[in-house]
Parts: sequence; C-alpha cells; structure tokens
Amino acid sequence: MIETRGLRKSFRSRAGRETKTVDAVRGVNLDVAEGEIFGFLGPNGAGKTTTLRMLATLIEPDGGHATIAGADLRKNPAEVRRRIGYVAQGGSTWDESTAREELVLHARLYGIGKAEAQRRAARALDAFQLTEYADRKCKTYSGGQRRRVEIALGIIHEPKIVFLDEPTTGLDPQSRAHMWDEIRRLRAEGMTVFITTHYLDEADALCDRIAIMDHGELVAEGTPAELKREISGEVVQVGLDAANTPRAAELLDTEAYVNKLETVEQGGLRLFVDDGATAIPQVLRRLDGAGLHLRSIELHRPSLDDVFLTKTGRSLRES
Amino acid sequence: MKLARDTWLIFQRQIQLLLRNPVWVFVGVFQPVMYLLLFAPLLTKALHVPTQAEAYKIFVPGLLVLLAIFGGLFQGFGLIAELRAGVIERSRVTPISRLALLLGRALRDVVSLIVQAIIITLLALLFDLRVFIGYLLLAYLMLALISLMTAAVSYGVALKVKSEDALAPVMNTVAQPVLLLSGILLPLYLAPGWLQGIANYNPFSWAVEGTRALFAGDLSNDKVWQGLTIIAVLAVAGVVWAARQFARSVR
Repeated sequence: MIETRGLRKSFRSRAGRETKTVDAVRGVNLDVAEGEIFGFLGPNGAGKTTTLRMLATLIEPDGGHATIAGADLRKNPAEVRRRIGYVAQGGSTWDESTAREELVLHARLYGIGKAEAQRRAARALDAFQLTEYADRKCKTYSGGQRRRVEIALGIIHEPKIVFLDEPTTGLDPQSRAHMWDEIRRLRAEGMTVFITTHYLDEADALCDRIAIMDHGELVAEGTPAELKREISGEVVQVGLDAANTPRAAELLDTEAYVNKLETVEQGGLRLFVDDGATAIPQVLRRLDGAGLHLRSIELHRPSLDDVFLTKTGRSLRES
Repeated sequence: MKLARDTWLIFQRQIQLLLRNPVWVFVGVFQPVMYLLLFAPLLTKALHVPTQAEAYKIFVPGLLVLLAIFGGLFQGFGLIAELRAGVIERSRVTPISRLALLLGRALRDVVSLIVQAIIITLLALLFDLRVFIGYLLLAYLMLALISLMTAAVSYGVALKVKSEDALAPVMNTVAQPVLLLSGILLPLYLAPGWLQGIANYNPFSWAVEGTRALFAGDLSNDKVWQGLTIIAVLAVAGVVWAARQFARSVR
C-alpha cells in the first residue's frame, strides 16, 4: 500500500545570524501492507510528522521516492490525494461551521456530487455517533467529539489509506479507548491505517506493525511482538544510588548471564537476561558481596519502551 | 469547469459563514460612513466647488476606492485564523484546485465590498449625489478589481508570514503611502508637481481618477480605460502570485 525508498527532507532554519540545515528525515524506507494498522512511533521532533506530511502530499520530499496506493508520490501527487485521507494533529474544523456542513463540503472538495455528499455525511455522522450534534457549531464540541468529526472528514471519500497524526493526543482515557475502537473499525472495513503516536501502549495495543523513528531515521520495524522478542529474555531492573551505579555496572558487566547492560539516568541498571528467576539471586549476591546497597529490584518482560531504549539509547518517556 | 465548480464551493461556504455573522460587513462600512458624514461636508468650501453635490462627486469615488483597498488588504487576517484551525491544510490534501482556494475567498471579499459600496452610494444620494447608473456599474467594476487584487495580495502575504503580528505592520506599511499618493481624500491636482510626479507611479491614483471621471459622467476621459486596464492587469498578477502561495505553502 505504501512503499518508500530513501525519502528525505531537510529544512533550513535560522538561529540568530546563522542559517543551518536540519535534516528532518534522512532516507526512510517503509513498507506498509494493505489492511493493516501501521504505527509510526518516536519522540517529538523525530521526523514522524514531516514524513507523514510528505506522504500526504503537503510538502515535497527532497529526495527518494514513494508509491502510495499505486500512485507515484512525486510524479502524480494529484492521484495520491484522491486515494488517501489525512487527519492532521492540530485539528481541521472551523468553529463556526457544523459537523454536517464540514462533512458535506469536504466530500464535495473530492468531486462528489451534492446529493451523494449529503448521504455520505449522514452515514458518517451515524457511524461516528455524531448525529445528535450534527447541526451544532464545532466550537461547542468536546475534544473527543471534535476528533471524531475530523476522522470522519479524513475518510468521507472512502480512501484506501488514511493517515492519522497522533489521533489520541490530548484525549481523556475514555475518549482514547473509543478512538481505538473507531480505528479498528476502519481496518475492519478494509482500510489501511497509518498512525503516528508517542504512546507506547497505543502502539502495542492498536498496531499490527510499527516502525520506530529517531533523529530522522528508522531504527526498528516489525510487529510489536517481534520487536519485543528481539530483546530476548527478560529485564531485571536494579535501583541503586547514582554514586554506586558505575561500580555496580562494572561488576555485573562481566557476568556471563547478563546479555546486555544499560545505565538508568537517575541511578540504577537494566540487565537484559535470559532467565530472570536465576539471575536475580546472582545479582543480589554479587552486589551484596561488594557492599553496594540496593534500593529496589524488579523483573519484567520487555516492553516497547525497552525496545526503544535499546534502539535509541534513551527512554521514550524521558525524551 | 473544475475550476468554476471548485471556486463556487469555496465561495458558497465563505458566503454562508459571512451571512451567519454579517456584522463584519457593517463594521467595515462604519469608518467610510463617518468620513461621508463628518468629513465630506468640509469639502464644498475647501475645494472651491459651487455645490455640495459637486464635492461629493469628487469625494465619494475616492472614498469607495479607499474602502476597496483597505477592505482587501486586511482579509489576510481571516486566512491566518483558517490556517491556524487547520482548514487550509485540510483543503490542501484534497484534489481541489489551488486557484479555487484563493478565488472562492477573494470573490466573497469582492461581494462584501460591493455591498458596502452600495450602502455608501445610497447614503451619498441623500447628499444630492447623482450618477448615471451605467457609469456607476463601471465604477463598481473598478472597485471589484481593486478588492480582488488587494485581497489576493493580502492572502499571499498571510500565507508567507503566517502570523497576525507580522501581517499587520506589513499591510499598514503598504497601505499608508498608497493611500496618501492616490489622491483619495483630496484630489491630486491640488498637489505640488513633485508629489504628482510620484503619484503617477501609483496605480491606485489612476484608479481614483478613473472612478472620479465615471462619477463626473466623463466616459471619454482616458483615465477611465487606463485605470481599468492597469488595475485589471495587477489583479491578474496578484491572483496568480497568491494562488502559487496556496499551492506551495507549508503549514
């Protein structure tokens, strides 16, 4: 459905008197299959939105190429526009218009006739449970209602792919869960959904496949399960005083059962091991023997945050 | 055909929103009405013309051009609000013509200007202004072209600067000299030679003189066709330039 090769974009930004070039996206290769929910994960400023805006024809790539729903992004952006839907992060509805007016207009912008546009608007309002508010002005809607209108706008022309830029940012937990159901419904209707998010739980629960982006590059790609499996075994997290951490790292790094070791910024270590149950006693013995005092110790299965940490060297929550 | 349809869609929506809140048409007309009621009466003596009607024939055309220039130049503010709401970006992911995004909005501005011009003209009738209707319609065509141009330029600049804070000084800087060098408030035949010389390079001074000639019933005056031609050419250039900003604009 989406195939990109070497997609690049840089911006010139001015800081004081100097102009410098920021490489926002540095050669992205993506393959998104038909009918999947593809999650694009990364911290703010990683280049997710820039990539998305390129794929949605809003900004022109500097290099590379992409095929979207069978149309060439750079040679035929008009055809790409017809086949995709795009829902921006910051909203797209006008305060003084009603949801119905917005939907009818948006359908007509795609060349759909008036009667058909009205039928589709009514159907979309129904599907997104908005009929009750359909003729009220958008400024009276709650955040969740407004977001649903915006998604309805993005798919009013029945595109093959819909791009959703952080669809649940700023929503309360209930609206968020509701939005996940809506997105799954789009997939059930045969649509390919491409979402960006910086919520790991969202990527894990919602997406069939994810790609992790950092500093303009893809650092990992696969199903959430595959990515977590890549970090084989389990994670033992040891809480230590910051002063003791380097010494503990030195001691444990040489242990055979520790596959990989990472330092936690505020003090402490993360040990990637094959089997936590046998590793923990050995860790305790080693640290105790050296007189290093433990604040806590816990064992968990690798999460996407661990994947992120291994791939980028920092936690998504910190960045 | 697609362009006409797309333009109509945008125009329809903009007019619908304008009608929902028509107060802006009247707010826009308030200042010129004040000039008409409180400034124009001074002109009979100041211009040494025999009657009030004569003074209005000179002043009202200038006032209407002023309204067209300013009304158009400040339309960019509305566009910045639309940019911020994401409405422009939402339109730009659809296959709609970029020119239509501009024209639909600029034509709404033309319509609201003509409504304002009619209000001013009707008020001026109360002060014994009389104009032949055919000439008046030609004068309105001039006004329509002026506001099409200034609105387009304002939209183009708005897309470039993307913030009200930057748009306001740009527009004021442009509008002040244009206003003073076009003989809007007082005709330029009162000006010293050097000032007339500079004003000759201001397209709006041609527009004002052409409109005055129309109000004076002097269709054979060269300023009429010259003014119309100059403004029409600039309007086309303004629209082409601004439409390119719509096609290109990021965010």
